[in-house]
Amino acid sequence: MSKINGAQSLVNALEAAGVEVMFGIPGGAILPAYDPIFDSKIRHILVRHEQGAGHAATGYAQATGRVGVCIATSGPGATNLVTPLADAQMDSVPIVAITGQVPGPAIGTDAFQEADIRGVTMPITKHNYLITDPNDIPKAIAEAFHIASTGRPGPVLVDIAKDALQKESTFNYPHVVSLSGYNPVLEPKVEAVRDAAALIAQSKKPVLYVGGGVIKAQASAELMQLAQVTGAPVVTTLMARGAFPDSHQQHLGMPGMHGTVAAVTALQKADLLITLGARFDDRVTGKLSTFAQNAKIIHADIDPAEIGKNRHADVALIGDLKNTLAVLVPATKVALAKSAPDITPWLNEVYGWRKKFPLGYDKPADGSVSPQHVIERIGKISGPDTIFTAGVGQHQMWASQFIGYEKPRTWLNSGGLGTMGYAVPAAMGAKVGAPDSTVWAIDGDGCFQMTNQELVTCALNNIPIKVAVINNESLGMVRQWQTLFYNQRYSNTDLHSKRVPDFKLLAEAMGCVGLRCEKSEDVDKTIEAAMAINDRPVVVDFNVHRDAMVWPMVAAGTSNDDITVARSMAPVWDSQEL
Amino acid sequence: MATHTLAVLVENSPGVLARVASLFSRRGYNIDSLAVGPTENPMVSRMTIVLNLEGHALDQVSAQLFKLVNVIGIAEMKDLGSLKREILLVKVANSAATKEIVKKHNAVIADESKATISIEAVGQSNAIESLLNDLKPHGIRELVQSGLVALERGDKTLAEATLSTMGTANESDSNSSTADYQN
Repeated sequence: MSKINGAQSLVNALEAAGVEVMFGIPGGAILPAYDPIFDSKIRHILVRHEQGAGHAATGYAQATGRVGVCIATSGPGATNLVTPLADAQMDSVPIVAITGQVPGPAIGTDAFQEADIRGVTMPITKHNYLITDPNDIPKAIAEAFHIASTGRPGPVLVDIAKDALQKESTFNYPHVVSLSGYNPVLEPKVEAVRDAAALIAQSKKPVLYVGGGVIKAQASAELMQLAQVTGAPVVTTLMARGAFPDSHQQHLGMPGMHGTVAAVTALQKADLLITLGARFDDRVTGKLSTFAQNAKIIHADIDPAEIGKNRHADVALIGDLKNTLAVLVPATKVALAKSAPDITPWLNEVYGWRKKFPLGYDKPADGSVSPQHVIERIGKISGPDTIFTAGVGQHQMWASQFIGYEKPRTWLNSGGLGTMGYAVPAAMGAKVGAPDSTVWAIDGDGCFQMTNQELVTCALNNIPIKVAVINNESLGMVRQWQTLFYNQRYSNTDLHSKRVPDFKLLAEAMGCVGLRCEKSEDVDKTIEAAMAINDRPVVVDFNVHRDAMVWPMVAAGTSNDDITVARSMAPVWDSQEL
Repeated sequence: MATHTLAVLVENSPGVLARVASLFSRRGYNIDSLAVGPTENPMVSRMTIVLNLEGHALDQVSAQLFKLVNVIGIAEMKDLGSLKREILLVKVANSAATKEIVKKHNAVIADESKATISIEAVGQSNAIESLLNDLKPHGIRELVQSGLVALERGDKTLAEATLSTMGTANESDSNSSTADYQN
């Protein structure tokens, strides 16, 4: 076999792994790899900050289901990937990060641009590698893609010493990966499936508690079958929006801190939670000891460590959700054929809550633009085939609440880590992965100022994303907490971003079209103007009312029973509901 | 709080100890002792971890450990079903009294000078503790102790047992309880 250098071996391995695009920035230690990248069929998109590369890889992976790839040099290049790696770890997104490392003999000497990125990223990756021998490169790459994309997906980092990229080696790519310590369980136990079906057949108040795992497992069709077989109401978490159509009659919306009254209350009052790829996050459960106290728990997850982590599971279904649902649906049919409790009173109750406490918002009295209205209109005008990304904060919650999601992989956001600045680079990655889809980044003015430099990348690489900056000139969610919990003392949340920067000019400076909307009556036509631009990225600065708040709300650390629908306003229940 | 002993088979690869230590640190598990060394298979190392569990179920700790790609298998080493040993080296004054204690505990004098003896003892935790208690009144100059190592009694081996299972310790008697908090 002919000799090639480690860098060529790396690029060959990435090609063998099926990589079609990667996002990155070269630098000293990774430079040998960039020479063969120059000739590779893999598209390399030169970003402006490594954090952008990481979130773009995540956006690409979330939009397509394929592994996203980012690449950076040693030291600061690698440490700039820390946030997106932690983000992908929390949201179980399959990405592979390639980083250059200082040459083997220099490792440990505090050499120029040296950082122990393997050590740094150990707790925030699914797995990682430090490669110092060029012969190990193909195997590490093959394993990285295997680990990232199988089981519970997650980020894998491969750190490669510069001299390993330079030295000669033979290329030998293993097409079958076998790891003695990594064998995800894919099929649930037969007895557990039977037990789960039996619990469903006893339940008078079931709820399907659907998490992001349903999307990862491509199990939306199977979920629909289970919903039809059981007739149970469905809630979709922030990570699962789109896993089940919002328009479906059994859908109660999102549970959690800013969930609908119906979704939150249904979980609270249920006698059975059929938990599918969800993890009882604190933002969903509220005060854990008061969460769904009367419910038995069926917990289906591919990660055995999620079972019983926060909430005891009465039945654990460990396996790939698609496989699990494929056997749970027929088992449930059989069990329900024997005995099916009447769940009609329960359905009447929860659908009554949905009708009585719909999501809503007040239009600002001063005629200024309502942020919820803007987001709702973008959703309506752009339609359900659009891919939406969001940053983190109020605009994210409104985008989850007021856009109707009908399909999986149309809602990408940073759920677990809560990474401000996620929206623009993730939208870039999503658009690269799904170039025929309209991609809207719903961003806040705070978030936008963290990562907007990637609009330059978009403008130069023909990635025409659309960005709605929901500009309330504040760190809005923090301001909301200051309003509610800190006596309206707005310490360091005023960004003055209606004055500086001028987002319209900023967008134009970066090669995008810049639009601005300051009046309610202009909202639709501004969105339509943005929709008409398809040859360049477009940024719309929506100047919105700054005091709008996200409702409903379960305050942190309190019980879901104490949900408020507006400031200091508990839902007005009918007396028999109390 | 309950003490548990886990035997963990790991790939003999760089960084694996750091991964395990980092996991324990990050998830807030308390390690009493950790011993690691080679096994009959040069590709595999074995860790014996003694844990004090508070609020975290043993099966949760095992499941988190088992998620590490380099962890091949895990089993709980229960008191009845396993051999457990620690090594103690302790330096005390050279006197008739200390030598008498060595004899009483079936320990070994590994090194002797005019002023001091260095005692070597291998045994279960309570035997080591008992020896130390007897020596304490005579003044302990210096001591060093290994972590506990454990081996299952009988014909079974951990490698055979764990390669065929999920590798998580089951039948945990401690219940998981994540306390309420505000975040």
